[in-house]
Amino acid sequence: MALQAVAAEMPRLASHGSLARSRRWALITSYLFLILFAIFFLVPPYYQLVTATKTSEQISNQNTNPWLPALSAGQEGLNPGGANAGKADLAKIRRDSWLPAAVQGFMANVSQLMNNTDFPIYFRNSVIVTVCVVVITMVIAVPAAFSLGRMRFWGSGILATGVFLTYLVPDSLLFIPLFKVVGGLGLLNSYWGLVLVYPTLTLPFCTWIMIGYFQSIPKELDEAALIDGANHVQMLFKIFIPVALPGLIAATIFAFAVSWAAFVYPMAFIYSSDQLVLTAGTVTTLVKGDVYQWGMIMTAALIAATPPLVIYAFLMDYYIAGLTAGATKG
Amino acid sequence: MANVALRKVVKKYDRTEAVRGIDLDIADKEFIVLVGPSGCGKSTTLRMIAGLEEVTDGEILIGGDLVNDVPPKDRDIAMVFQNYALYPHMTVYENMSFGLRLKKFPKAEIKSRVENAARILGINELLDRRPRQLSGGQRQRVAMGRAIVRNPKVFLFDEPLSNLDAKLRVQMRTEIKKVHQTVKTTTVYVTHDQVEAMTLADRVVVMNAGIIEQLGTPHELYHAPTTKFVAGFIGSPAMNFIDCDLVEAGGGGLSARLGNGLSFKVPPDRAARYKSHVGRKLIFGLRPEHITERRGDLRPDCQEFDATLDVVEPMGMETMVYFMIEDTEVCGRVNPSAAGRPGQPMRLVAELGNMHLIDPQTDAVI
Repeated sequence: MALQAVAAEMPRLASHGSLARSRRWALITSYLFLILFAIFFLVPPYYQLVTATKTSEQISNQNTNPWLPALSAGQEGLNPGGANAGKADLAKIRRDSWLPAAVQGFMANVSQLMNNTDFPIYFRNSVIVTVCVVVITMVIAVPAAFSLGRMRFWGSGILATGVFLTYLVPDSLLFIPLFKVVGGLGLLNSYWGLVLVYPTLTLPFCTWIMIGYFQSIPKELDEAALIDGANHVQMLFKIFIPVALPGLIAATIFAFAVSWAAFVYPMAFIYSSDQLVLTAGTVTTLVKGDVYQWGMIMTAALIAATPPLVIYAFLMDYYIAGLTAGATKG
Repeated sequence: MANVALRKVVKKYDRTEAVRGIDLDIADKEFIVLVGPSGCGKSTTLRMIAGLEEVTDGEILIGGDLVNDVPPKDRDIAMVFQNYALYPHMTVYENMSFGLRLKKFPKAEIKSRVENAARILGINELLDRRPRQLSGGQRQRVAMGRAIVRNPKVFLFDEPLSNLDAKLRVQMRTEIKKVHQTVKTTTVYVTHDQVEAMTLADRVVVMNAGIIEQLGTPHELYHAPTTKFVAGFIGSPAMNFIDCDLVEAGGGGLSARLGNGLSFKVPPDRAARYKSHVGRKLIFGLRPEHITERRGDLRPDCQEFDATLDVVEPMGMETMVYFMIEDTEVCGRVNPSAAGRPGQPMRLVAELGNMHLIDPQTDAVI
């Protein structure tokens, strides 16, 4: 009897063991691939960071490892006797400074960028353009999404699809006709032209995200508001916008990222230094002919990447949080 | 406080007719329940009263005023939704006071109204919480509170208890009845649960396929259904329907012949009512609770018969027994101690004073 019981128990134990094993393997494989992907995606920023800490001499020196930061100003890689340009940078990296050479190199690049180039102007222009674009986008996208997603009217479905279709046209196709439009308006070589043009990239997608968010809000919520006596404007501002806040923030981040990083339009529409934005400006001023000032290019890219990074980091919680929980049965 | 009247109300969606001409008079302070299976048009009717759906044809009057083209906010109604529809970003207090704030009521008035409603519902200590921090029952109370503070002419409930678990549902049912007795407002309540309908309503409206099947007190619907649908819909388990032949028995009496050699004598006081249908095929209806074991002396309107039990379902307080008459499964409700075992014969009593005969052509109860 007891033997039988044991025999009956055996196969169940075995299958239990294989279940745990297959789960372990699944975990190992996921970790393996996650690590691989993490490395894959982190290598470029790492290389960027390392390069940003070096002077042009350090970068062009064949004796140093390009993947490692410069360890000290006095190491053999520095080649202080070199006759090339950049002596000023080198002079800044003092052998007796208590700061590591990497930090000193980075500081030197930053001060070069800030004092000897138009980088601060580009940065300011980028901020102006981006803030304007984000504001314009949200002011138009939110009411548009509300009316398209919530107020059924003749053709609203087709219109919503049409909005999305415009997003599918790439900017590399649009910039030539838009060049004519911007030129016709006399806004060529002015960042106000960018403020006008960027919403063609941001608006369709943001409207589309907001339509999705508004549609996910239960219908009973607006009916309750309707019975409570709210008109459509009150409904939008007192119910829909607060409830769809995560979506609103997602759309804002998207609009910000797109207009901060847009490259084709400023490259095509702007040519004087006082009107350029970060993306196009960095490339046009720091690459002279075939001379690449890698240290400064990477430093500029690093500084340019900081605002999106900060915004992602701080708004990510909102981005993810489901504020709608508890509205209805959940 | 107001009465509500529906005059030949019709609702059409494209081609389908959801509501097909409803006439209904709801008295002031009355608690009316619309009940019926899904798709019978009960929710649509309620939403037309609320103003959330346009009326295709007919008239809706609240307090004597025609409201067909009046927007919901000006109808002076309050509605409680199945999924509560609380504003997730507002506290309970803000949820309840939202309507009053939109109407620019003075702050002190809002405060006293909200606190009064919260006291009625026992949610005073929840006023600072947000909906996601509340349980299902608490959310439902808040939704009711939001309706009460408005002090409307009419309360509308759209299946408010369907999302709650069974125990809470019974509790909240009592709560709703209590609230109605306290605030005494005309109430229209939609449910698919006939037990809810029977327990809450002053009068029940049974709807089916867009029309009113029957309107009456719970007692009338149970004891005197006018159609086969109502007879089958009200009561649980449902009424047994068995095909029968109505024939003349000796001495001027009538009897219903059911098959299996079983024949029930029609009580003499019903004979006159059924006389004109003699010789026809009809449907015999009897509720499970009127098929029992013998209790004491056999009353004149009762008749004993034998059945072989197929299934026996003990429920605690009583036991359901199932047996076949011809091809029809019939349910009886007996005392647990009297119930036999499956496969065994049992002597049962049919209380024929509660029988119904239904015309299969019109589905009307004769």
